[in-house]
Amino acid sequence: MNWVAIRMLTGDRVKFIGLIFGVAFSTLLITQQLTIFVNLLFRGGVAVQEVSTANIWVMDPATRTADVIYPMPITALDRVRSVPGVAYASPLLRSNASIRTADGDLEGVTVIGVDDSSLVGIPRRMVEGEPMQLMDPDAVFIDDVGAGKLFAPGDPVVGTTLELNDQRAIIKGIVDSVPTFTAQVTLYTRYSNALNFVPGTRNRLSFVLVRADDVAPEVLARRITERTGLKARTSEQFARDGIDFIIENTGIPINFGITVLLGVIVGVAIVGLTLSLFIRDNIKQFGALKAIGVTNRKIVGMVSAQAWLVVLIGFGLGLAMATLFIGGGAAGSPDFKGFYMPYQIPLITLGLVLAIVGITSRIAIRSVLKTDPASVFR
Amino acid sequence: MSGGLAISVRDVVKEFPVGGDSIRVLHDIKVDIQAGELTYLVGESGSGKTTLISIIAGILYPTSGRVGVFGTDIYDLSDNDLVAFRLANIGFIFQQYNLLPTLTAAQNAAIPLIARGVKRAEAVERGRALMTRLNIGDHADKFPNQLSGGQQQRVAIARALVHEPRLVVCDEPTAALDARSGRRVMDLLREVALAEDRAVIIVTHDSRVFDLADRILAMEDGRITHDGRDKAILSQQEAR
Repeated sequence: MNWVAIRMLTGDRVKFIGLIFGVAFSTLLITQQLTIFVNLLFRGGVAVQEVSTANIWVMDPATRTADVIYPMPITALDRVRSVPGVAYASPLLRSNASIRTADGDLEGVTVIGVDDSSLVGIPRRMVEGEPMQLMDPDAVFIDDVGAGKLFAPGDPVVGTTLELNDQRAIIKGIVDSVPTFTAQVTLYTRYSNALNFVPGTRNRLSFVLVRADDVAPEVLARRITERTGLKARTSEQFARDGIDFIIENTGIPINFGITVLLGVIVGVAIVGLTLSLFIRDNIKQFGALKAIGVTNRKIVGMVSAQAWLVVLIGFGLGLAMATLFIGGGAAGSPDFKGFYMPYQIPLITLGLVLAIVGITSRIAIRSVLKTDPASVFR
Repeated sequence: MSGGLAISVRDVVKEFPVGGDSIRVLHDIKVDIQAGELTYLVGESGSGKTTLISIIAGILYPTSGRVGVFGTDIYDLSDNDLVAFRLANIGFIFQQYNLLPTLTAAQNAAIPLIARGVKRAEAVERGRALMTRLNIGDHADKFPNQLSGGQQQRVAIARALVHEPRLVVCDEPTAALDARSGRRVMDLLREVALAEDRAVIIVTHDSRVFDLADRILAMEDGRITHDGRDKAILSQQEAR
């Protein structure tokens, strides 16, 4: 009888398309919003993940994330280096500054000063230039998304001189990096250069980047904290801290949660109404089938088959559209750089879509099950 | 042409709740119908004929009394067994045909077989063959909205007969048809549905086809007021 059920559904083109649209739209909305939400959260940890050579970040105990920093005195670097198990420790300065754009406006930038000799702290991949060019006087690297913001397409970027906090900085390369949550233009330079670019305060060290030597990073991080009184987090922990900070301190989870909820409500509304209309329009036929001798169990099976078909096609279409949006359309936009869809999101969406169709078909089927087969004679 | 007792209705009472009270629509109905008989159930609206045919067909439980269909006391069966009994033994023809608009005529005709688990292709082929017997084989691949009322009713007849039920119940099968089509449908029912071991019960208002019945049961106020094997009822009913 499932074949009959499918023919009943697909034969009513308008309602069939309505059901598919409802599920596909809900899937698109939920998947797309969850993907953007998750990737925005991930950006809370991206500044940490970009530095692959270090596996421990040491900071002042008041520092919370890579962007919420309380600087330390430079002596902290030697204290960390003295802890057994530290293979190497490099200074890192993160600070805000301003550059003057071509049209005379000021643009806020993040200046990252990395270790002068090892350059630990710059992203792994370069779009243009070589890492060693950072050794040049006044040299800075700019992130690729930031370069797109500051320069018109086709304009030369490398070789351009910037006015950075009233000082000369020359762009010597473009790094391939994912923007952080604040999405500011990021300039990488040597630590000694950064001290010149950024207005001076007594404490000029944001982080000490540490590589563990034959000891688990978690163990070494605890040891550093015990011996120096500084806060030490493994890269994974510190990336997670950045994500947690966004969750705890912004309205983003609520806003995206509301959008996902709206997706579910819209799905329930469209699918529920259409399915109810479909069932209502076919109630006589269902009654006739019951009179003929089709059991309630088979009727439930028929409606379930219809629901599964709608889920399969609607979810597939919605997921394809969301994938196209994330992987296709959005890929060209710097705002979505590095976005991807974790496999859990389609699974969560599928669960929600199943709930939408399950609830609505359960409500709709009640009228069929209640239909008195004798009603076909009235 | 009689092949033994087909239907046995004993002391059947049916009451429907109305507000806090109940209204009795059937009063101690007793009737036997023999196999091989084409029986009409006639009467004015509200006389109880639809209620009685629903009870005989096993789709409406009586308040009290017993109904035997070819030796099976159908209301002694469990709900599931009663549904299975209907599927195996009873064919239904409805006034509004109740064909599935998205299936072709042959597919509609095949539904009882598909419901019984017969493979779709075989079921549709049997539906198509029966439609040929009913002289609408040319329309087997058309959808209901492409057929006239008479053609749709023949598809409904094919659906009612495709699984070779022993009892066929029909509700006003000619109500939506002109006189010629109505007589043709009744002729077909007699020709195809009726056999020595089968029975056909038809609820109808249509006096134009009364002369085709073997027996006419007339109902009034929930009681059988006339049981006319001699068709004497004809004149009474036509006079109404």
